[in-house]
Amino acid sequence: MQQVMRITRTNVALKVVMALTGLLLFGFVVGHMLGNLQLYAGPETINGYAALLKSMPGLLWAARIGLLLLVVAHVVCATILATRNAEARSTPYRKPKHQRSTYASRTMYWSGPILAFYIVYHLAHLTFGFAPHEWSYTDVYSNVVLGFQQPLIAGIYIVGNLALGIHLYHGLWSLCQSLGLSHPRYNRYRTMVATAAALVVTIGNISFPISVLLGVVTLAS
Amino acid sequence: MSQENMKLTLHVWRQSGPQADGFFETHKVSDISPHMSFLEMLDVLNEQLVESGKDAVAFEHDCREGICGSCGMVVNGMAHGPQNLTTTCQLHMRQYKDGDEIWIEPWRASAFPVLKDLVVERAAFDRIIQAGGYVSVRTGSAPDANEIAIPKRYADSAMDAAACIGCGACVAACPNASASLFTAAKVAHLGLLPQGQPERLSRVAQMVMQHDLEGFGSCTNHGECEAACPKGISINFIAQMNRDYLKSQLLSASSLTRKTAEKHA
Repeated sequence: MQQVMRITRTNVALKVVMALTGLLLFGFVVGHMLGNLQLYAGPETINGYAALLKSMPGLLWAARIGLLLLVVAHVVCATILATRNAEARSTPYRKPKHQRSTYASRTMYWSGPILAFYIVYHLAHLTFGFAPHEWSYTDVYSNVVLGFQQPLIAGIYIVGNLALGIHLYHGLWSLCQSLGLSHPRYNRYRTMVATAAALVVTIGNISFPISVLLGVVTLAS
Repeated sequence: MSQENMKLTLHVWRQSGPQADGFFETHKVSDISPHMSFLEMLDVLNEQLVESGKDAVAFEHDCREGICGSCGMVVNGMAHGPQNLTTTCQLHMRQYKDGDEIWIEPWRASAFPVLKDLVVERAAFDRIIQAGGYVSVRTGSAPDANEIAIPKRYADSAMDAAACIGCGACVAACPNASASLFTAAKVAHLGLLPQGQPERLSRVAQMVMQHDLEGFGSCTNHGECEAACPKGISINFIAQMNRDYLKSQLLSASSLTRKTAEKHA
């Protein structure tokens, strides 16, 4: 434990924690998106999937608590580092001119908190049922469709997932650097893979509210 | 690109000392030749200031050949100005045109306190080097040349890292005022060579620790340092530093060396 405490004294170590927790959370996000694709297979399929997950409460809650711990570690490290970074440049430049950084890299401290609020909203809406429409513990399909039929709710999901995509794009590339995964042979693939993964997750997730809004996915089907 | 001599408006950061409040002071200079270097343009300004009985603008410079690492200022929001792979002294006024407004600021980092105007204290870099930027050698008779075989790939890479002149542009350009590129370059140029192997892991552990103690920020992989670096040092060295740092913390042999180091400290 003392060894662990010692390691976290340096920024590099905190970045490693952020990279590892971020990578695991990315794994969850991919699995979550793939599972949700069953929405297109109709109510029986996705409701069956939800019932399957809920039939293993031990595993389900272990995963939920694990995810919560990952998020907490990620946010705590980000907060410590952001504070140190702000202290490191106490006097700002008049107008810094960016040459290499991207919109995604400069807005990590915005996309992160937006994601945090969005996740709280998402859990309240679809997991705990604080929904401004009819909500059922077992009928996941109807919950989703009834929710996304309201443009405001669909809009929140779309914005939340755009923030996720931007966060992932920089995060996936950045974690390679933080973990020391760098080799001339495959370095150019790092941003390509990050872009592709961010696009797949974002397009997959945003397709749900858009399909409902466009009437492709309806209650009747 | 101008061929005619230019008139320029300069907004220069003035600060009488580390504790004083700084401010931008506006001056006009004329008859600036496009062949002048940026520092020669400042020399013209300073002559003008001294002639009118005012305090000259303090800035650091030495070789004016782009190799010593003394000069450096943020010009219009960019460390060492707009030209890539160029120090401020090698930036030439042909980059500007008649009537341009130029904003000149010192490197801004809490670990680089302003001493006067555009001069900052960069002793933090020296302390990072002292923490581990050395190799232990056996004194006595000189070893035979080429006694130790060094694969060309490693020699080349070590030379790329050793090109760092320690100017501090990476810190200035980093949105977090991180000195990761500097530290990584110094870690790599010794760590890649056979002579640097005995202290490879203790070196990176000590230098990374010192970097943070100096109050530099962390690397968030913006890549601004690489773009600003007059020697084109790659941020791949930062990944390598992180990898070596992880090894230093996770392998037991290095934790022994660190414990020994702490005992002696």
